[in-house]
Amino acid sequence: MSTTVSKIDEIKSDAWSGGKSPFAVEYGKLMMWFFLLSDAFTFSAFLIYYGAQRFSKLSWPDPDVVFQSIPGIADHGFPLVFVGLMTFILIMSSVTMVLAVEAGHRNSKKEVVWWMIATIIGGAMFLGCQALEWSHLNHEGYWWGSFPASYTGVDTVGALQFSNLFFTITGFHGFHVFTGVIINIIITLMVVSGVFQRSGSYLMVEKVGLYWHFVDLVWVFVFTFFYLV
Amino acid sequence: MSAEHTQDEHAVEHEGMTKKKIWQVFFYMLGITAIEFFIALYLLPKGILGQGIGNFIYVILTLVKAFYIVAYFMHLKFEKFALKTGIMVSLVFIIYFIVLMLTEGSYQYLHMN
Repeated sequence: MSTTVSKIDEIKSDAWSGGKSPFAVEYGKLMMWFFLLSDAFTFSAFLIYYGAQRFSKLSWPDPDVVFQSIPGIADHGFPLVFVGLMTFILIMSSVTMVLAVEAGHRNSKKEVVWWMIATIIGGAMFLGCQALEWSHLNHEGYWWGSFPASYTGVDTVGALQFSNLFFTITGFHGFHVFTGVIINIIITLMVVSGVFQRSGSYLMVEKVGLYWHFVDLVWVFVFTFFYLV
Repeated sequence: MSAEHTQDEHAVEHEGMTKKKIWQVFFYMLGITAIEFFIALYLLPKGILGQGIGNFIYVILTLVKAFYIVAYFMHLKFEKFALKTGIMVSLVFIIYFIVLMLTEGSYQYLHMN
């Protein structure tokens, strides 16, 4: 390569003149961002519909009453405690994921593997908690198309919509967590077998990391609009 | 784009996140969640804060948490300006949809019940 820069090369040095990505990210990572953007639209459509339904009904189940149990420990009297634990687990697994990405930048295979395993355990724990909560609510009478006979609010359609949307939205989120765990397991196996060590870049860990953080991001919103508001 | 090219950009791109910074962000998020719990379990039941103001604070705190996740964990803060704007500006549709649907919900509340 010569050291002199010809006129034509100089023009090409501008970000938007072609020849290189103006975003300066690798193709797959950019596509992951686009996918997550579309997924953000899907989740916001769900949550906004939930909001619209809640605004339109005369009564709505009180989250502090619906979610007041710690499955297996206490049946009532502890609003937010169990979901607080779930939130903590998911944020924690997001942290271990970002630590795996950070270790990837230093090309430290062993650290990437351990942080990835920690992330997978976090995801599995979250799914376990969600299964417990779902089965508890199911025993109380909540499910798609049904709500407990003991519901005292005036607007029964409101209660029905609450259970439909609760199971649909947390179910859709849980499905994202589930696929995230599966993808994390696949990538961890690839790290263990040295695929990224050979290619010299742990960019793939970063891409699944984006997906995993997005799942955490969605939970932050689900937590607020289902459990707090 | 050649393979080496990607590697170079990659190296430059990632100066932002250190272990220390990661844990710092984690504790910010934990702190924010603790504040939310304090509002939900103490301030609201005691009547120190109205439900309306409480909800408003919840939404603000949620957006702050979302900012920390997207900016630091998902690393968007350290990406190129074009990518940051491209992603964030698209979210304006969500804001529009919120306004649209909540107006519709309020209308139904008044007229259909």
